[in-house]
Amino acid sequence: MTGAGMLFWVQLRRDLGQILLWSLGIAVLYWSQAVSVESLYGTPQEFEEAAASMEGNAAFVAMTGPARALDTVGGQVTWQSAALGSVLVALMVMVLTGRNTRGAEESGRDELVRASPVGRYSVVTASVLEAMTASVVVGTAVAASLIAYPLAVADSLALGLGLALVGWCFTAVTLVAAQLTAGVRATYGLVGALLAAAYLLRAVGDTTGSWVSWASPIGWYQAMHAFSGVRWWPLVAPAAATAGGLVGAYVLLRHRDHGAGLLADRPGPSRAGRCLSGGGGLAWRLHRGSVAGWAGSLFAAGLAYGSIGDDVEDLLGDSEMGRTLLAGEGVDLVAAFQATSLLMLALIASGFTVSAALRMKSEEIGHRVDPLVAASLSRGRWWAGHALVNLAGSAVVLGAAGIGFGLGYGTTTGHWGRLAVLVPAQLAYLAPAMVLAAWSWVLYGLGTRWAVLAWTGPAVAVGVGYFGDLLDLPTWLQALSPYEHLAQVPSESFAWLPLLGTSVLALLLAVGGLWAFNARDLD
Amino acid sequence: MTSTDVIEIEGLVKTFGRVRALDGLDLQVHAGEAHGFLGPNGAGKSTTIRVLLGLLRPDAGNSRVLGGDPWRDATVLHRRLAYVPGDVALWPRLTGGEVIDLLGRLRGGLDVGRRRELVDRFALDESRRCRTYSKGNRQKVALVAALAADVELLLLDEPTSGLDPLMEAQFRACMQEFRSRGGTVLLSSHVLAEVEHLCDRVTIIRDGRTVESGSIVDLQHLARTSVSVLLDHPAVSFLDLPEVHNLVITGGHLRFDVDTGRLGPVIGQLVPLGIRSLECRPPTLEELFLRHYARGPEGAP
Repeated sequence: MTGAGMLFWVQLRRDLGQILLWSLGIAVLYWSQAVSVESLYGTPQEFEEAAASMEGNAAFVAMTGPARALDTVGGQVTWQSAALGSVLVALMVMVLTGRNTRGAEESGRDELVRASPVGRYSVVTASVLEAMTASVVVGTAVAASLIAYPLAVADSLALGLGLALVGWCFTAVTLVAAQLTAGVRATYGLVGALLAAAYLLRAVGDTTGSWVSWASPIGWYQAMHAFSGVRWWPLVAPAAATAGGLVGAYVLLRHRDHGAGLLADRPGPSRAGRCLSGGGGLAWRLHRGSVAGWAGSLFAAGLAYGSIGDDVEDLLGDSEMGRTLLAGEGVDLVAAFQATSLLMLALIASGFTVSAALRMKSEEIGHRVDPLVAASLSRGRWWAGHALVNLAGSAVVLGAAGIGFGLGYGTTTGHWGRLAVLVPAQLAYLAPAMVLAAWSWVLYGLGTRWAVLAWTGPAVAVGVGYFGDLLDLPTWLQALSPYEHLAQVPSESFAWLPLLGTSVLALLLAVGGLWAFNARDLD
Repeated sequence: MTSTDVIEIEGLVKTFGRVRALDGLDLQVHAGEAHGFLGPNGAGKSTTIRVLLGLLRPDAGNSRVLGGDPWRDATVLHRRLAYVPGDVALWPRLTGGEVIDLLGRLRGGLDVGRRRELVDRFALDESRRCRTYSKGNRQKVALVAALAADVELLLLDEPTSGLDPLMEAQFRACMQEFRSRGGTVLLSSHVLAEVEHLCDRVTIIRDGRTVESGSIVDLQHLARTSVSVLLDHPAVSFLDLPEVHNLVITGGHLRFDVDTGRLGPVIGQLVPLGIRSLECRPPTLEELFLRHYARGPEGAP
């Protein structure tokens, strides 16, 4: 462990700005719920009515968490923020831990550090401590902002502490993943899949009221019941999981060589196959693993959401008032739930689309474009190869989600015909996905350093999709998300015009992006 | 500038923000020659090559490659040239063999026989993932891909960095074969023995500007020759000659440097003093070089 302390401070100083930004963002997420809930409902009666309608809406429950004490500000904050806050804190520790361990090892930076008098476990220990500290900083910021609001102190502390422990859990998860995989990209892929699984398990558990939520760190956090009779004992679960994961990761670390994953690289073909030809062939080769991973995950997610079936009706029970408030008299609640679910799956799939669009940037800054261009592949063709594979890959990922959803619904209810509605409805989201891709290409066309801003696309889309209805966001703000313009099939009937408009927007942005890329220097 | 020039660069300027990477650079490479491209780190060699590849758009100046505009005609020109960078970046999950085939197919196919021969000569294990290659092995992948292509011009940016001496010898042999087929080479390298061995002419650049260009023989002629001579009689009048530098006298033994063009007259002055032994050594490329490297930024000695 020699040198771990010093490494910890060096890394912390480098990442401090990023950690504070995450903390601020997540604290604002929690705090703004409290503010908006109070400004949204004028009278206690309005508040109660709205709470009753939310409680009965399975789509909302699947998105956020178990509906508890929704007629209180604290209850609303917990309900609306806990799941998304968990995802964000998990992404933060994933990036921090992944980059400082496997990322440094892959790039060769780690070798220089390890050649100096530091212990075998020092880098890993410093990185883990940093991520755990960052989680505590985030938790503290959340708790402090809620106490300052002011909400009940004990419950606010519970929300902060629980969130920090979710961060600890995913720190351990990332560290294990970093030992198993040989590249930081694969590490992120594995952690992302596990995070999606955690989110999904609690969604299924919460909508069906089953034990499944207890298989998820996010479920443990929500089981603390902040602002609805807070209890502390569920914290044992994330604490134990963190300890177990860390021990496992250190054992794995001791058994592997520096630079290697647990699975050794096997020799491959000494000649290229027929498909590995031209810009498109190479792009497909580079993206296919990620397409398969995302398609598999979203198929599973669709299956899980679809298998909720018609239970949505049961959730409402006798709450006639809730039914009326939610959708008006005589509206198909199952259709409303399905439309929201398809949108959510599409929003998750946008993660694939944007990360695939950013692949061009990492290829360029890795200087892997130069040999291709020097071998007479034009820039435009190289770009087009990646863009087409992105389009096709996004279609595959969305298709997998839609098919999964339809199959899940069909097996539960026997209504197989619904597949013919659900799959095209899911595929229609290819148009807004391509708007986000094209937005990424525009930024990338301006220069590699702007490309990271591409994540503003999914951030706006998820923000609007998630909070748009809950918080009654202004129309112009909702209109910023390309996902908001399509007809919400199957609860609304399909419309061509918005789909065409969105597609044309994507095309125009894409052309602009290509033009800008062709006009600039390559890094 | 003649019509036989394969690379013609005049007054090339390229800035990155406030940094002026190329500041009026000139470079001429004749058809069929091997041209050494020399300069200290950061002088602008790689930037020049990236301009020649159409990866960077110059801010000012003229540049022509194989008679075409490197930015506008990039794709067409690249069918006729190949490039080997000094730090080869490859796709970690592809094997070396796959990369060679991919790059070959982009050019419209490569000579399978020559490909096999080169893989053997460079002792490259093609079935390994690029992730697992050492620097030298990545270099070999790029060299095999470039040399297996049927091209007229090779742009080589420190192509042998990381190669072992045996592979370096293979590289030199391959260069000679390429040139015997009439190919042109632009070789940027810090291995001066390699440049001296392979190249007819060199261009030395510094701070984005050309400071010296010509055949190695000409450059040697412009520089000083080291002379070591043992005389019967002590030399006193010799001290005054302006073309003699760094003179050291130890009894009858003189060591000095002389401007190579004035070697004859100076030796003539020594003859009456009785030469017992005489040794003249023309400057090595390394000495030529250090002279330019060691100069101040304005080119003052």
